[in-house]
Amino acid sequence: MYTKKVIEHFRNPHNQGKIKNPDGIGKVGNIVCGDVMWLYIKVRKKKNGEDIISNIKFETFGCTAAIATSSVITDLAKGKSIKEALKINKTKIVESLGGLPPVKIHCSVLAADALDEAIYDYLSKNKKNIPEELKKRHQKIMHEKKTIEEKYKDWIEAEEEMHKNN
Amino acid sequence: MVNKEIKRIYLDYAATTPVDPRVFRAMKPYFLNEFGNSASLHTFGQNAKEALENSREIIAKTLKATSNEIIFNSSATESNNLALKGVAFANKNRGNHIIISPIEHNCVINTAKWLKKQGFEIEKLDIDKYGIVNLDSLKKMIKDETILVSVIHANNEIGTIEPIGEIGEICRKRNIYFHTDAAQSFGKIPIDVKKMNIDLLTASSHKMYGPKGAACLFVRKGVKIEPLLHGGGHEFGLRSSTVNVPAIVGFAKAVEICNKEMEKESQKLIKLRDRLIKGVLNKISGSHLNGHPKKRLPNNANFWFEFVEGESIVMHLDSYGIAASTASACSSPKLEPSHVLLAIGFKPQEAHGSLRVSLGRWTKKEDIDYLIETLANVIKNLRKISPFKKNVY
Ligand code: FES
Repeated sequence: MYTKKVIEHFRNPHNQGKIKNPDGIGKVGNIVCGDVMWLYIKVRKKKNGEDIISNIKFETFGCTAAIATSSVITDLAKGKSIKEALKINKTKIVESLGGLPPVKIHCSVLAADALDEAIYDYLSKNKKNIPEELKKRHQKIMHEKKTIEEKYKDWIEAEEEMHKNN
Repeated sequence: MVNKEIKRIYLDYAATTPVDPRVFRAMKPYFLNEFGNSASLHTFGQNAKEALENSREIIAKTLKATSNEIIFNSSATESNNLALKGVAFANKNRGNHIIISPIEHNCVINTAKWLKKQGFEIEKLDIDKYGIVNLDSLKKMIKDETILVSVIHANNEIGTIEPIGEIGEICRKRNIYFHTDAAQSFGKIPIDVKKMNIDLLTASSHKMYGPKGAACLFVRKGVKIEPLLHGGGHEFGLRSSTVNVPAIVGFAKAVEICNKEMEKESQKLIKLRDRLIKGVLNKISGSHLNGHPKKRLPNNANFWFEFVEGESIVMHLDSYGIAASTASACSSPKLEPSHVLLAIGFKPQEAHGSLRVSLGRWTKKEDIDYLIETLANVIKNLRKISPFKKNVY
């Protein structure tokens, strides 16, 4: 069912964990299957003034494909400029995994959404110009997010509580 | 894909079982020498016919039924389809109301859904948090139009055993047909169709160390039922099709073995099962048992783990050579969580982290210990990746 690449990423995911004081966080979830993905980015300015993603990490609650797509998107985005990173879409993710079963394509959408959201978060926090296209995507994602946060309310609260205490 | 060197441990006996070598030996001649069509007049045919009738007799005796009440077919799905559709259409004149439990196997649930489209009324019984049917809800639900009640004997996911004797008694008193799907229980726990007042019962070969492709429906004499398949009139006119004699011979042999060894085998399995349950609950924080602690199949354990997802658990276990199963949304083609777990009151996210472990004839203590240890590691690692509360491991 899954390709070798998927299994590799799943068994030894790259860049798992969280970043302290990230420059942007993307928190997304899929209403249907219930999977949840959090993506953290750190952004650095290059000499030519371009913003690049210098570090990226993920935390995912989900299936094999959700974990593998999380891992692969961190590989794809690391070191890229914000502009380039916004071009990473589900097709690119699926390609880099050597394919996904049809029912699991939505897992790659989740990863792409998470990255979009992290970048959106960074841009809006820093009062930067947000591309129209990204704004639209953000609105769509926000809609889903509400439902998912409701679903995992207890767990998210427990998690946030823990962070406060740390 | 999977490392060939590692030892593989099969703990998914509820999905299917290997064929017992004794069963395989019994079947062999019916592939090679006695291959005749059981409907033929010549010696080849008659030898096959004799084997078929012996098999029928063995299974009938085990169920405390008579031979002509056993209809052989190809799968539990087919038996359940025949029971529901066959009774529904043959008894339309008496009523259109059918009662099922909400934790039936998909083949009953979906057959009932289809019957609803044909104008039948389907109602689902109340159950408690272990999945046990509420008998009062059954008594209240029965009305003049009720023609059939169908309740699974032991649930395939959570292993809960239903009080089918009591259900049978209630139905018999009200003169309503009672069907039970015993695909998971036949051969593992005793069944007596007379004492339990069962009118129709589904049993399957490949869940009890027989081959795939053989199953049967017990239909009590006098029950009005229509066939699904029309043709040469095999199986008392209830299942036309050339009879799969080798598979049925294997089925009967498997029944014979299960029946003879049931007591010893179930004692052994219960011990292993309880060792597993205790081990997991003690060793892994945020782990829970699904289904009833005692009224469950000797070979079934079902857990849910907080903050992790079931398909990921199964895939990790597989890389350690362990085969188990999940009913999480992510593993289902429709991405919906298991209807069984939802029916016993699970929130969708709780149904997400479920794991079914089913033991069998060749499960050893070492396998269980290895599973507990491996599972603890897998859960720990998945929780590390999970965005949710991580102070539990
Ligand atoms: S099944 Fe939904 S993200 Fe994998």
